[in-house]
Amino acid sequence: MEHIELLFKSIFIDNMVFATFLGMCSYLAVSKKVSTANGLGAAVLFVLTITVPLNWLLDTYVLQDGAMKWLHPSLEEYNLNFLSFILFIATIATMVQLVEIVVEKFSPALYNSLGIFLPLIAVNCAILGGSLFMQSREIPSIELALTYGIGSGIGWWLAILAIASIREKIRYSIKRSWNYVYYNRIDGYWFYEFWRNVNRRR
Amino acid sequence: MGLLSKKDSKLILDPLSDNNPITIQVLGICSALAITAELEASVVMSIAVLFVMGAGNVVISLIRNIVPSRIRIIVQLIIIATLVIIVDLVLKAYAYELSKTLSVFVGLIITNCIIMGRFEAFALGNGLWRSFLDGIGNALGYSLILIIVGFFRELLGSGTLWGYPVLGDAIDKTGLYAFGYENNGFMLLSPMALIVVGIIIWIQRSKSTHLIED
Repeated sequence: MEHIELLFKSIFIDNMVFATFLGMCSYLAVSKKVSTANGLGAAVLFVLTITVPLNWLLDTYVLQDGAMKWLHPSLEEYNLNFLSFILFIATIATMVQLVEIVVEKFSPALYNSLGIFLPLIAVNCAILGGSLFMQSREIPSIELALTYGIGSGIGWWLAILAIASIREKIRYSIKRSWNYVYYNRIDGYWFYEFWRNVNRRR
Repeated sequence: MGLLSKKDSKLILDPLSDNNPITIQVLGICSALAITAELEASVVMSIAVLFVMGAGNVVISLIRNIVPSRIRIIVQLIIIATLVIIVDLVLKAYAYELSKTLSVFVGLIITNCIIMGRFEAFALGNGLWRSFLDGIGNALGYSLILIIVGFFRELLGSGTLWGYPVLGDAIDKTGLYAFGYENNGFMLLSPMALIVVGIIIWIQRSKSTHLIED
């Protein structure tokens, strides 16, 4: 039950793009066409699903205050929390590079559709943000961390699909609707003429 | 400028106007949206990015011939992360309240696309001094927009500048508030930063028409 709750919360309520404004750069840059936006969304979901549980393990067994106790009792006094940025980003960059190599080797078709986005993913704030929020919200177990990763990935995917559809629709329909207005000489024709004159002057 | 040759000063001045990282290249938007509700936070963020970009570009330019291109993204990210940790620790030591306001966004300097973008596009192919100037120039271009947005959002949103009430007291109804002026709380929300940046882009492109695409 708590899995479903966390899933819906991370997809809709705490949506990466709309609630915390993460991953804005690639969100604005790669949302011109629905097909490419779809590829990037899938890649983000994929990488978030892998890196959030991995970073949960790192956080619980290495980074938290006294987390290294399982290795040796004398290590209990260490607090490596200040290293979390560097370890998280190293995990993400390594995973992205590994995924790129593996996918290239075993599934060239998938590589062709996802491959160009993988380097972009390493610097997507949504990926690092997912791990940092996982840390600051103190998610209690690795299963929940996995759910959180999947949920935020789906949320980001839906968000970029939405904006890409809107942008594509607007770009193709503006010309068509103005042509309709122009040829049928209906209301609004004056605005078309006006707008054309403004543009011509420029 | 006497200190810099003409080519070098172009590296600093270009990103301030015609090649601005935020308004022209549309990079580094996340932090520009998230932390510009107060002027102080935007200034501190700008200084942090200035330090990380200047130092990072120098380091990358020094090691550009040693690092194999297959693993260069990991190396770049680790260098940025190290510099960001320094910034984070300094902020926690000297400005604890502010570091709470900035919260995860200090960490997210790591994934600021401007920094990676300049590493890839400039520092990997240029010498030390030119890379340093390029880093400083781009960070200044970023800071310029951040400070403009922060200024307007804080002034219109909460009626203060750097924490000082410049428009009078909203509760006692003094100054401008005596005439019925109200703060626009909407300016404090992140979407308004997007709109303010959009207005800046609009003004810039209508002033210099060669920037308009199509």
